[in-house]
Amino acid sequence: MKTHTIVLLVQDRPGVLSRVAGLVRRRGYNIQSLAVGHSEQPGISRMTIVVESDHVEQVVKQLYRLIEVIKVSDVTDDPTVEREMVVVKLHAPAGVRHEIVSMCGVFDAKIVDVGTNTMIVEMTGTPAKVENFIEVVRPYGLKEMMRTGRIAMVRGARGHNAGEYVESANGAVVPALN
Amino acid sequence: MSETRTGAQIMCEALIREGVEVMFGIPGGAIMPFYYAMWEYRDKLRHVLCRHEQGAGHAAEGYARATGRIGVCIGTSGPGVTNLVTPIADAMMDSTPLLAICGQVGSHVLGKDAFQETDITGITMPITKHNYLVKDPNDLAYVFKEAIHIATTGRPGPVLIDITKDAMQKSVVPRWDQKLNLPGYKPTYAPNRKQVREALKLLLSAKKPLILAGNGVIMAGAAEELRAFAEKLRVPVITTLHGIGSFPEEHPLALGMPGMHGWVHVNRAIQECDVLFNIGGRFDDRVTGKASTFAPHARVIHVDIDPSEIGKNVKVTVPIVGDARLTLQALLEEMPEREALAELHAHASDWMEHIRELQEKHQGKQQYVNRAQTERMALPPHDVYDKLNRALAQRGRYRVVTDVGQHQMWAAQLLDWNAGPRTHITSGGAATMGFSVPAALGVAIAHPNDTIWVVCGDGGFQMTNQEMATIVQEGIKNIKIAVINNGYLGMVRQWQELFEQKRYSGTPLSGPDFAKLAEAYYWKGLTVEHSDEVQAAIDEAYATDGPVLIDFRVEREVNVFPMVPQNTSIGDMITEAPAS
Ligand SMILES: Cc1ncc(C[n+]2csc(CCOP(=O)(O)OP(=O)(O)O)c2C)c(N)n1
Ligand SMILES: [Mg+2]
Repeated sequence: MKTHTIVLLVQDRPGVLSRVAGLVRRRGYNIQSLAVGHSEQPGISRMTIVVESDHVEQVVKQLYRLIEVIKVSDVTDDPTVEREMVVVKLHAPAGVRHEIVSMCGVFDAKIVDVGTNTMIVEMTGTPAKVENFIEVVRPYGLKEMMRTGRIAMVRGARGHNAGEYVESANGAVVPALN
Repeated sequence: MSETRTGAQIMCEALIREGVEVMFGIPGGAIMPFYYAMWEYRDKLRHVLCRHEQGAGHAAEGYARATGRIGVCIGTSGPGVTNLVTPIADAMMDSTPLLAICGQVGSHVLGKDAFQETDITGITMPITKHNYLVKDPNDLAYVFKEAIHIATTGRPGPVLIDITKDAMQKSVVPRWDQKLNLPGYKPTYAPNRKQVREALKLLLSAKKPLILAGNGVIMAGAAEELRAFAEKLRVPVITTLHGIGSFPEEHPLALGMPGMHGWVHVNRAIQECDVLFNIGGRFDDRVTGKASTFAPHARVIHVDIDPSEIGKNVKVTVPIVGDARLTLQALLEEMPEREALAELHAHASDWMEHIRELQEKHQGKQQYVNRAQTERMALPPHDVYDKLNRALAQRGRYRVVTDVGQHQMWAAQLLDWNAGPRTHITSGGAATMGFSVPAALGVAIAHPNDTIWVVCGDGGFQMTNQEMATIVQEGIKNIKIAVINNGYLGMVRQWQELFEQKRYSGTPLSGPDFAKLAEAYYWKGLTVEHSDEVQAAIDEAYATDGPVLIDFRVEREVNVFPMVPQNTSIGDMITEAPAS
């Protein structure tokens, strides 16, 4: 099954997260990650969900049925900037700290906390790079890990905002013949 | 202007402002403040006390389907609102504009498992078009306006508002002037003109065109436009279960119902057609059979107001997102001159002749019961439909509400549907047994001058018949119930007979004496056991100034034919029980 990155603009109202998650769940698809936060417009949030599905087109259309969903795009095949952040707590006794620090340099990762036997490292990058980073640090003793989930933004002039959508109206979901 | 109102008063005034006149419900602890306020508004807002919230929900659905206006039902927190779940799901499946008003525990105990607390917004999230939890009375005026707007526009559907008790009790100054803020909800009504021309071009190129009309035509009030369109093109029209009433069956272009219990000639026509124009139907699997085998030669034009329906089950060549009425109007406006239609007319007439030949061969309204067999039957169900059909045609002004099962399919097949939109009311998508008696209550309130016939099975009747008491309490006289009593959960028994070696597991069904039960409810109750008593009973039902129930004790093991076995091609219908 193919992994899809879907970006949504939604009205920031209680329950909207449940509605989006519920709609995907109804089809029996697993959400690999979900990230949500405020957008540039007050009252509107931007959400990125990553799902495994071979019929994502139908999910996208059905997401439009949700009243609070303003715009949905499957950006999987679009040129995008994709980012994810991971925070790891590593087993780091004095002997290996030096090694960890230099490895962090390679990945542009930041050391954010140092304890007697542990270090907390923060790293941001493309999902592939994050994956790579995790594999590299795992041998040091990965005590805890937390990932934010992917966020994605389409490159260039083609935007994904509420204003643009309102003008093109719901009919845009079905491709016009031309 | 700056007068304060309690939240409950605001709810009543909001409903009145939206034109609501009647509500169906049952009170209880959490919703009591609303009932307290309702008293002041009782001249404008009629409350109908039902006997079960499921009944209240179906009654509201019946009202909505018979009028196109919002149906309103009410339940109290906990079991009251969970009893509304079935009608809400039913309304979702059949796109019925329904408003469910729910009492909720006080906001200070929300989420603490308070007495009669249920997370009804959580429960109904996937079965509502939208729902709300309101904790602040300041939100009520806006939420009611938005909720009714959402329920009644675009593709209609159920909307639920859950209101905490304290939000109903607190007083605030209502703000009625707030504009709707729905950037994500802009239903497309007007079709794209380019698509409209594309659709016409495809239709004009057809040799074997078909129109398939669904619920959308009725909801959009597009029956007249559909007729004009079909007549201009001279293309035959088939009507789905929910499309019944959108096109008169006596019309020379009418073919009847497709699908699992549709007619052979209709399904054959679909399998042969080269262009299929579906307006307001959603290609339900009861229509398509195995979808991959459906209409193999057709290029499909699909008109639907809900973009997510297009391309969902059937591949579409020309998608049109729009309202059925506006789309048909646009098609009529774009219609070319008569000469340009000549070729289509010539093809269509050959095609029609071919379909009529098929029909001649395969359809006779009584053909699918073995005659030799029925002669030995005291009361074949078909005799009931035959007499009822004549009575309806002769006496006029009727609406028929059916339940779910064999009797429902016979009603769709054997009655002649010529009385227009909203005269055939049934539960299709969800197929909810127990729908008919309470739904008829709502239909009767909406149309007090029509005779409302309920056709239901002995199984479904026993699920919700307590609303017979509501009907009496409300002084409703124009409901007549025909129970097609076969002593079985007949439709399930039919599948067991045909596909499961007659393992009648959980389908034989007894009941009380339905006529006596009716009498106990202060109805007139009649029992019919022989074909020659049918007419007299129907006449008596009409002659009686009050609700009447007729218990038709029909032959027990009769099947609905023709039939497409589940998940097979609609081209392969069975028309009689395989020899065993
Ligand atoms: C609430 C509900 N439960 C179960 C079913 C499954 N079901 C479909 S038809 C049917 C039999 C209905 O029996 P009856 O009401 O007697 O009608 P008949 O088919 O005999 O005409 C059943 C059980 C259903 N549709 N709805
Ligand atoms: Mg039965």
